[in-house]
Amino acid sequence: MLTMILRRIFLGLATISIVSLIIFAGVEILPGDACTQYLEQDQADVELLEKCRDDLNLNRPAHQRYTEWALGALTGDLGMSVNGEAKISDLVGARFANSLLLAFFALLVGVPLAMLLGVITGLWRDRKPDIIFSTIAIFAMTIPEFVSATLLILVFSVWLGWLPGIVLTSAGSPISEFFPEILLPVIVLSLVMTAHVMRMVRSSVIEVMASDYVQMATLKGVPYWQMVFRHALPNALLPAINVVALTIAWLLGGVVVIEVVFNYPGLGRMMIDAISDRDLPVVQAIALIVASIYVCINLTADLMTMIANPKLRTMYLRK
Amino acid sequence: MSTAALTENPAKRQRYVAVLLDVMSRPSGAIGLSLVVFHVCLAIISPVIAPYDFKLQDASLMLSQPSNAHWLGADHLGRDIFSRTMLGGREALLVTGIATPLAVLWGGFVGILFGLTGGRLDEVLMRIVDAFLSLPWILKMLVLIVTFGTGLEVLIPTLAFFYGIPVIRIARAATHDVIARDFVWAAKARGHSRISIIWRELLPNVLDTLMVEGAMRWSWMLLAFSSLSFLGFGVSPPTPDWGLMISDARGYMSFAPWGVIGPVVALSSLIIGINLTADALAKALGIDRAQKAPV
Repeated sequence: MLTMILRRIFLGLATISIVSLIIFAGVEILPGDACTQYLEQDQADVELLEKCRDDLNLNRPAHQRYTEWALGALTGDLGMSVNGEAKISDLVGARFANSLLLAFFALLVGVPLAMLLGVITGLWRDRKPDIIFSTIAIFAMTIPEFVSATLLILVFSVWLGWLPGIVLTSAGSPISEFFPEILLPVIVLSLVMTAHVMRMVRSSVIEVMASDYVQMATLKGVPYWQMVFRHALPNALLPAINVVALTIAWLLGGVVVIEVVFNYPGLGRMMIDAISDRDLPVVQAIALIVASIYVCINLTADLMTMIANPKLRTMYLRK
Repeated sequence: MSTAALTENPAKRQRYVAVLLDVMSRPSGAIGLSLVVFHVCLAIISPVIAPYDFKLQDASLMLSQPSNAHWLGADHLGRDIFSRTMLGGREALLVTGIATPLAVLWGGFVGILFGLTGGRLDEVLMRIVDAFLSLPWILKMLVLIVTFGTGLEVLIPTLAFFYGIPVIRIARAATHDVIARDFVWAAKARGHSRISIIWRELLPNVLDTLMVEGAMRWSWMLLAFSSLSFLGFGVSPPTPDWGLMISDARGYMSFAPWGVIGPVVALSSLIIGINLTADALAKALGIDRAQKAPV
């Protein structure tokens, strides 16, 4: 058991180091560097370019710069941004807090709702509640986020005028100032995420309800609801850990489009801005942060399922 | 599915006809397939049947309401929204229509290859795949697009490359799955050569999975493409594109809300159509997609 956990942790760390290599190599391979960008590309004369590269240590061999960058990232020093000449860790900090805030509320609404709907649709499979909710879920999952966001803005802020359709609060403001502007983005996010998690919970409820031990419990004469709550649900909800983990990772790094639609000052919009400005150190830093979060959250979810499920423990061993 | 039926060509063709009929006999498949076919036909004939020129600007019509002459109104430059909606899917269908098969082909090839060889190299490859998957898709693509431009010659290879990576995983898993099945053992016992086993036993079975995967990838790629357009990194104006049209119309939503309706309905119906078809196809081929989360 311990070796397995260690092995899984080692694999996670290996993935993160490969990610850092890919990010560094990717930025390295692309034409142009921080200096050509800073000095406005073609017009910069060679001397200035050289001096700038010397200042930023860009003339040293790539492996040296990689080690320096990676070690710096480990201690929380992500380097300086090209344009603002500010520390990246400071810039990212405030934005990351905002993304966390958004993710927190989306999860708070989405996860319990998804569990509830997943169980309902799973237990009443192919009957009215299932057909209604599953159809809605397919729509919520497949329609692009910017489309559903646009539709919700149209309904709730343009026609009904209930909620503001855009976030005007700046990045470093206290949490209370984000209300009620944050509500629409939270609704859109939790809609998409509820649909995904619900589908997963539904299929796992269906699978468990068809299993031998549930039949056994039914034959033994256990009352239906007791059977559902005591025998079926604990096992059916376990696989949800992994989906929820995936959604958390998605919420913390991948909600670029929604942040742009609502003008929300989170990590995703910072990423878009950095890419448009070709602020490569910031792009590198955000990519590394988001990828590490993704790997860590998946790792945690895997460990949790491993610990909670004896069957999985042995399955991993056999692999 | 029986492998005997797959070894001869006429029988194989019959099977695909049967699958197609099965897809069309399901309500989701019938609705989905007709939506997809409708959009493809529309994309082909829309330049001929569109009532107005998509570039034609008429200042007097700027943000005008839907009328008899302009069914969906006009946009902020006074262009007919109905014509632009009809034409708005061409670019998206062209790009994703080329990039999807490319992604499935290269991802499938690499996945099957490494699924067969296994060993250290396979493990290293899987870590690299994991690493790529842990980066947000939009970041990977935008970095390439911002560097190399937003033309089709950049968008198609970029989409094909990044959407092929998760296919590697699926193809590898499917290969492992099939290899452990009895009919592969039987073929081995009959003394078939490696190549014959790969060609006649493995490929037909992995192909089913890849077909379903391709349909799903297509809808995600379309989503990615329209999101890129929406963010201003896809199709360049004045070419009509749904993502771009929604992004343009959004700014005027408080007083001209009808501008978003055309592109929203068109884009949603195409994506839902593809998804429904993929669902029906998976059921017709007997592949359970319910457990798979989009990667």
